[in-house]
This record gives sequence, C-alpha cells and structure tokens, in this order.
Amino acid sequence: MNGKVHGYGGKMTLGERLYLGEIFRGLGITIRHVIRNLLHTGDLPTVQYPEERRAYSERFRGRHRLMKREDGTPRCVACMMCSTACPADCIHIVAEEHPDPAIEKAPASFEIDLLRCVYCGLCEEACPCDAIRMDTGIYDLAADSREKFWVDKDFLLNNTTDGTR
Amino acid sequence: MTDLVLTTFLKMAFILAVILGLVPVLIWAERKGSAFIQDRTGPNRAGIAGIRLAGLIHPIADVLKLLFKEDVRPAGVHRVLYALAPFLVFFVSLLTYAVIPFGDYLEVGGRRIPLVVADLDVGILYVLAIASLGTYGIVMGGWASNNKYTFLGAVRSTSQMISYEISMGLALMGLLLVSQSLRLTDVVAGQGVLLWGFLPRWGVVIQPLGAILFMTAAFAETNRNPFDLPEGESELVSGYHLEYSSMKFALFFMAEYTNLVVASALIATLYFGGWNIPWLPRAVIEARAGVLLPLLLAAHVAICALAAALYLRRASRERGRFGDGRDREPGLMAGVCVLLGLAGLAALALRPWEIGPAGASLLATALQVGAFVGKVVFFCWFFIWVRWTLPRFRYDQLMHLGWKVMLPLALANLVLTAVVVALV
Ligand code: SF4
Ligand code: SF4
Repeated sequence: MNGKVHGYGGKMTLGERLYLGEIFRGLGITIRHVIRNLLHTGDLPTVQYPEERRAYSERFRGRHRLMKREDGTPRCVACMMCSTACPADCIHIVAEEHPDPAIEKAPASFEIDLLRCVYCGLCEEACPCDAIRMDTGIYDLAADSREKFWVDKDFLLNNTTDGTR
Repeated sequence: MTDLVLTTFLKMAFILAVILGLVPVLIWAERKGSAFIQDRTGPNRAGIAGIRLAGLIHPIADVLKLLFKEDVRPAGVHRVLYALAPFLVFFVSLLTYAVIPFGDYLEVGGRRIPLVVADLDVGILYVLAIASLGTYGIVMGGWASNNKYTFLGAVRSTSQMISYEISMGLALMGLLLVSQSLRLTDVVAGQGVLLWGFLPRWGVVIQPLGAILFMTAAFAETNRNPFDLPEGESELVSGYHLEYSSMKFALFFMAEYTNLVVASALIATLYFGGWNIPWLPRAVIEARAGVLLPLLLAAHVAICALAAALYLRRASRERGRFGDGRDREPGLMAGVCVLLGLAGLAALALRPWEIGPAGASLLATALQVGAFVGKVVFFCWFFIWVRWTLPRFRYDQLMHLGWKVMLPLALANLVLTAVVVALV
C-alpha cells in the first residue's frame, strides 16, 4: 500500500485534481483494511494489555529492587553512591552500624520516591556492591495516593524479577 | 379520523424506534470501523457477565456515564438559549423524517396504509427548509456558550451551511425536473421502473452529477468529515458543543448521528430508489411469495448455521483464553445462532409456500421496508467510511469547493437537465 507521495506544492495530474477518483481509491484502501481485519481479527497488532504483555528487552529498566546477602540481609552498605549519583534526588538512605564488624555500614532505611525517579539507571551503575538493580521488569506503576509511590527498604528487598510484586 | 391518528402514531413510533435504535449501533460502527480501518481492535472491554458482543455493550456504558455526569453550566452563558440549543438540534434532526417514505403501503384488512408519516406535496421543499433550521441550534449553542471557540465553530457552521445549501437545492432541482413532482412518494415511485428494460431508473442513474453533488452537500450539511470544520478539534477544541456536558452534550452527539441517518435516508430516497428493490417490483414479489419466502427462510437457516459454526470454532480455539466470563461468550453466541436457525426451521415447517394473498402483500411490504432500511444502513456506513478515509478540508478549500466548483456544476447540471427534459 505504498502510494505515490508528492512533494509539497507538487503538480497534481488532472485525474488527481478531479478528486473523485482519488476519493474512491482511498475508500478502496480503507475497506481493504476493514475486510482484512474482520476476517483475521487475531492478526491485529494490538496487545490486549493487562492479559497479554509485550516482551521487553532484558536491559529494560523497570522498578528497582535491593539485592540480598545469603543470610537475607540487604547487600547494600549504605555508601550513598546511588543517592549521590541520582539526578532526581529521590533515593533517601539512613545509614547504621552493621552488627558484623567486617562490614562497615548497613541501611537503617532505604527509600525511593518512584514518582520522582526518571529511571535513568545511574543508581544501578554507581553501586559498588551490585546492591541495587532495576531488572524487575515492572513498569505498570499505579496507586491511589502519592504516598504509596514512596517505597521503603522491605518493599524493595521483596521485589522479584519475575514480574510479580 | 381516530384511525388516521392511530396509524400516524404507529408510523412515528416505528421511525423513532429505527432511528434511535440505529444511533448506538452507529456509534459502535464508527468506533469499530475506524479501529479496523486503522488496524486496531476497537472497543472490546465493556461487557455484561462477560458478554461483550464485539463492543456493542460500550454504548450502554457511555449512556450510563453521560446520564450520571455533572451538568456543568459555565458562567456567563445565555441561560435560555444555552439550554434550548441541544434540544433544538436534536428535535430538528428528527423532523425531516416526517416526509420520507419508508415503504410502499401496508395492507391491513383490505385497507392500504401508506408508509410515510406525512405525504406532503411540498416534500422536498420541506426537507430543504428543515435542513436549514438545523443550523440554528448550532449557532445558538455556539453563541450562548460565551466562549470564542464555540462561537467560531458556530460561525463556520453557518457559512458552510449557507454555501452548501445552494448547491444542494440546485442539485435537487435537477431531480425535480425529471420526476415532475415535489412529493417524495412520487419521486420514489418514479424510480421503481426500469430504463431500457434493464437499468433501474434510479436518481443516480439519470442524474449522476446531481447525485454526487447532493451527497457532497449532504456531507457538508451533516458536518461530517471531510466537512466537519464546525467541530474541528485540531483548531477549535471541539467546536460549538465544547461547553456542554452530561446529557446536553449527549443530545448534540445523538443529533449528529440522527442527522446521519436522515441524510442517508434522503440519499437513499432521492437517488437510490428508496424502498424499491431493483428488478423485483411489488407485483412480482406478491405473485412469487410462495417461492420467495421459503427461499428467504432457507437462507436465514444457512446463515445461522454458518455463524454458529464460526462461533463454535472460536469457542474451541479460545477456550480458557481469559479465565473469566468472557470465555463463555462464543459458546453462548453459538447457542443463540442455533436457536435462531431452529426458529427458521420451525417457520419452514409451517408450509410457507402456501402463503395467501394477504400474507404475500405483507411479505412484499416487509421486503421493501427491509430494502429501505438496508440502503439507509449502507449509506450510514458510507458516511463513517468516508470520515475515516479523507482528511478535513482547510477552510478556504471548503469555500472554494462550495462556491467555485459545486455551484457552477449544479447550475450546469440544472440547465442540461432542463434542456433534455424539454426536448424529450
Ligand atoms: S533510576 Fe535514576 S532517578 Fe531513579 S533512583 Fe536511580 S538514579 Fe535516581
Ligand atoms: S545501594 Fe549500593 S550505592 Fe546505594 S547505598 Fe547501597 S551500596 Fe551504596
């Protein structure tokens, strides 16, 4: 269905200037679409969104998650690299002493304001311990109040990569 | 006298039922049709217990939403005119229907009831007069809303209507010369014969240029794309009904579609033979009713069987696709189709080939009304089809087309027709 494309201000032929024939040509094109789509409803490119989802690249940056050590505590050492790198200033960390003397610090609280986040991934890159990742694949963020987008440490620790929350 | 009143009311009820029943279907066709033209799926979500009817439930949801919406009245509106405008638009859009014949006659108990509400002998003049009244509602709505966008929409609407009404009237005059009558029933009856024995003497055959001009003008009169400048959402937000909400907006919206039905009915009546079925005049239907009716019933059964089979195939293909009530839909629809088919079979068992003369007359009437409604539905679809094919005119192009192209063409058509009619 590649029609001839005229440049702006190009000369039209007499047939095109009579307009009527071109109208019927256009009508023919649209009715072909209707009939094809009526006969093959299944082939429409539309994704039936909540039920069907488009497959995203593995590098897609979805909602963040905090990684865990083997014993289940956060891997984060509260070095503040991520919150320093964050252009949106939306990571808020309060550090505390870690019980294990081999580790210097741990986050007492780790909160992200997802409404301010621009999903740039700089936090991921800045982290020296690979403690924060954006590989959950979750992109449909919806809530009925702004407060619910202010997510805390427990929430982030429990985000998974399989698309469920 | 009471008879006349009763039959008139029944005819009005029939027409109202058809038009108002068509409006939600048209809104659905507009959304679904545009979706298919643009390779989308269109409405398919709203449903009652999983029954979605390919989106036909959406208009119900729309109506409920509009009914319960707040009716906002902006500050500074002219209260009376603001409230009156949507009613006027809707009312006027229904008025034209009074003179459009939707069938030949209905024979009940030996009496023949003509199937037209008011068989005015100035029918076409009445149509033109009412068509120009429609502008008033738009102008009132646009002006009384106290908003410059609505006002601009109203101004555009007026200039457009005035420009295109002239060519519309002139195009119609050519038809008048041919049919020699202003009465719409005569115009339709005159289209029932064959030209040279094989071509239906439809308006479009003897007045092809007039038909094209009239249809173009009808598009302009109904403010449909490519002539929907009064609404022009790209520059006027949404034109004259911008400030309306809730049911007042719904009335404007419904008026657009009733106008569509009326314009389609006019095109069908004036140029496409009205209720005439080509090559199948009433006498033939009545004489051959014993063959036609069983054939029709058989076709009905076959179509039902085909539809049921398609639904069953879909049911088996899409089993458990959604995991809720929607999965039941194809099976249920297949059941409905089977029931309809069985009803057809039952009717076949009633010996339809022994249909009497009264029944034959009834069948002829039903077929003719069916043909008329079919033509109207086709032209409604045509309006929708054109809307999603063509881009909107620019304002100067619109005026250029109206005054410099259509008006001379309509005049030439009129002169030519007059010469031919005078010579023949
Ligand atoms: S993705 Fe970017 S904006 Fe979001 S938290 Fe990380 S650094 Fe900040
Ligand atoms: S997530 Fe990484 S960068 Fe951010 S504070 Fe914890 S260890 Fe540092």
